[in-house]
Amino acid sequence: MPIDLRTRLGHVELPNPVLTASGCAGSGRELAQYFDVAKIGAVVTKSVMLAPRAGRPTPRMAETPSGMLNSIGLQGPGIDAFLQRDLPWLLSRGARAVVSIAGGTVGEFAELAARLSDASGVTAVEVNISCPNVEHRGQVFACDPDASAEVIEAVRGRLRYDVPVFAKLSPDVTDIVTIARACVEAGADGLSLINTLLGMAIDTVTMRPVLAGVTGGLSGPAIRPVAVRCIWQVREALPDVPIIGMGGIRTGRDALEFILAGAAMVSIGTTIFHDPSACVRILRELEEELASRGVERLTDIIGLAHEPHPAPGRRLSRSSL
Amino acid sequence: MTDIAAEQGTGSAHVQVRGTVLTVRRVDAYYAMTVVAPGIAARFRPGQFVAVAVGGQETSMLLRRAFSIHDVRPDHGGTVEFVFAVVGPGTQWLSERRTRDMVDIAGPLGRPFPVPRDPVSCLLVGGGYGSAPLFPLADRLRGRGSTVDFLLGAASADRVFGALTARRGGRTAVITTEDGSMGVRGLVTDVLGQVIHEGRTDVIYACGPMGMLRQVTAIAGRYDIPAQVLVEEQMACGTGVCMTCVLPVVGEDGVTRMVRSCTDGPVFRGDLVRWEDAGTVPFDALGAPGWKPRRPAGPRPATNGRLTDAD
Repeated sequence: MPIDLRTRLGHVELPNPVLTASGCAGSGRELAQYFDVAKIGAVVTKSVMLAPRAGRPTPRMAETPSGMLNSIGLQGPGIDAFLQRDLPWLLSRGARAVVSIAGGTVGEFAELAARLSDASGVTAVEVNISCPNVEHRGQVFACDPDASAEVIEAVRGRLRYDVPVFAKLSPDVTDIVTIARACVEAGADGLSLINTLLGMAIDTVTMRPVLAGVTGGLSGPAIRPVAVRCIWQVREALPDVPIIGMGGIRTGRDALEFILAGAAMVSIGTTIFHDPSACVRILRELEEELASRGVERLTDIIGLAHEPHPAPGRRLSRSSL
Repeated sequence: MTDIAAEQGTGSAHVQVRGTVLTVRRVDAYYAMTVVAPGIAARFRPGQFVAVAVGGQETSMLLRRAFSIHDVRPDHGGTVEFVFAVVGPGTQWLSERRTRDMVDIAGPLGRPFPVPRDPVSCLLVGGGYGSAPLFPLADRLRGRGSTVDFLLGAASADRVFGALTARRGGRTAVITTEDGSMGVRGLVTDVLGQVIHEGRTDVIYACGPMGMLRQVTAIAGRYDIPAQVLVEEQMACGTGVCMTCVLPVVGEDGVTRMVRSCTDGPVFRGDLVRWEDAGTVPFDALGAPGWKPRRPAGPRPATNGRLTDAD
């Protein structure tokens, strides 16, 4: 019998839990050369801003052990081109589109939400609050519960009521649960955990920073345990809030680990650079992992690791508990 | 506000395969690896590249390495060959592969060299192993009746890739080395003017370091001939999603954009690349601080009608 992989993104049902991670899949077009983008749960698009943006100078990337640093600077075409070209393309392919938005002010986030309200076919909005707040000395929204809440409230207020809002949180905070709670209280329907960790590399030949932007976001399997910890903590505190888990997922087994920690969906990011067809491979592997454990429904095991260990010999499935 | 890729299409589908290594050969200072990959071989056009995963299944090196395709052959259903230098642990791992090992390889990626409709005199300029993609291009150009001259250069004789093939296959072949160990002592750009003059060159194709490509473009401009250049930018994915391999290029509409070498290139019209701004984001680039949205201007007059990639 096929395994029921359906999962819920807020009140929206997805056929399976494997998504792309924002910034690692463009708007799906490039990856469509490798797999059918309608086959995965959803395509989470690269963060779009109001205006076109050129991004940072090069070098923008450095390979690190089991990871990479990036400092792209949110290069993108702006919301007009996105709505005119990228979103219609995704929808024409039958893909579900989760649109990631980024801004430098609360007002910019609100305006993006308003623009997306007028567009049809947006499955959900992921709010990238790991951006510097230009009105507050460049402090990153996601590092402050009040600033995070302000952005989410503004987006929720301007977006159509039936489009779920997910807040994407940064792990570079003292207590991620405080930020998570602030976002949920401000109206977030769900949370995306985690964004990259701030990192840096120095070239020992030139004796200068490798990245033109000096610091960059660390991603890849190197950050996987940090992601699992963040998801665990947030699930423990807010068990009813749906979580999109991400951070170094490379295999179906990694995806399963995130689901057990409490993620209802997983996003595949840096691994796409290594393996452009990773999303469909991980989906297949996840299905195999579930089958080998006798799991019939994905939703049965979301957050299962939080439950007390069953007696020896019992199947690790909630339906049998 | 369409970008270059959207305007010109992304070409034929890419293929990602686990291919069997047929041979790994030492070629002077470089290595040449041949991999069985029929889907890539069948779709290949000169100038395109492959992105190769390194380190095996549990590798800690996540980023693919991009290499120009040097040769495709029909044996074993179709093979591709690429040339690389060992510069770090990833290329070291590749150099240690042996016959029958498997490598994960994606391709053919990027936009190929446009080739002239009518027979013309072509000069192919290569720096170091940047000459590798020029040999399949030479075959294609000759197949269309064009003449091919080679100008290859490197620091020393062992770093000139394909000197013998160039001498055999080119109408002429000039070699330069910085230490004088082969051919003329100096840089390819020292003799480029003379070679253009003697060969009555109509079109230049070049691949090599950024500094060389910049000089080649400048000299081609002085002779009022088009230069098509293949850039070797650092890439993370090779497939167009990571946005790390960008460089400033002027579009047909006169607007500078930070375009991806992997999908908008790696072949560019040399005169459209803002070489002096490579590595930076020019103030007036689309989306840069000094950029201002403006009314759409009329199309710029085409300066280069002889080249087409319509085939």
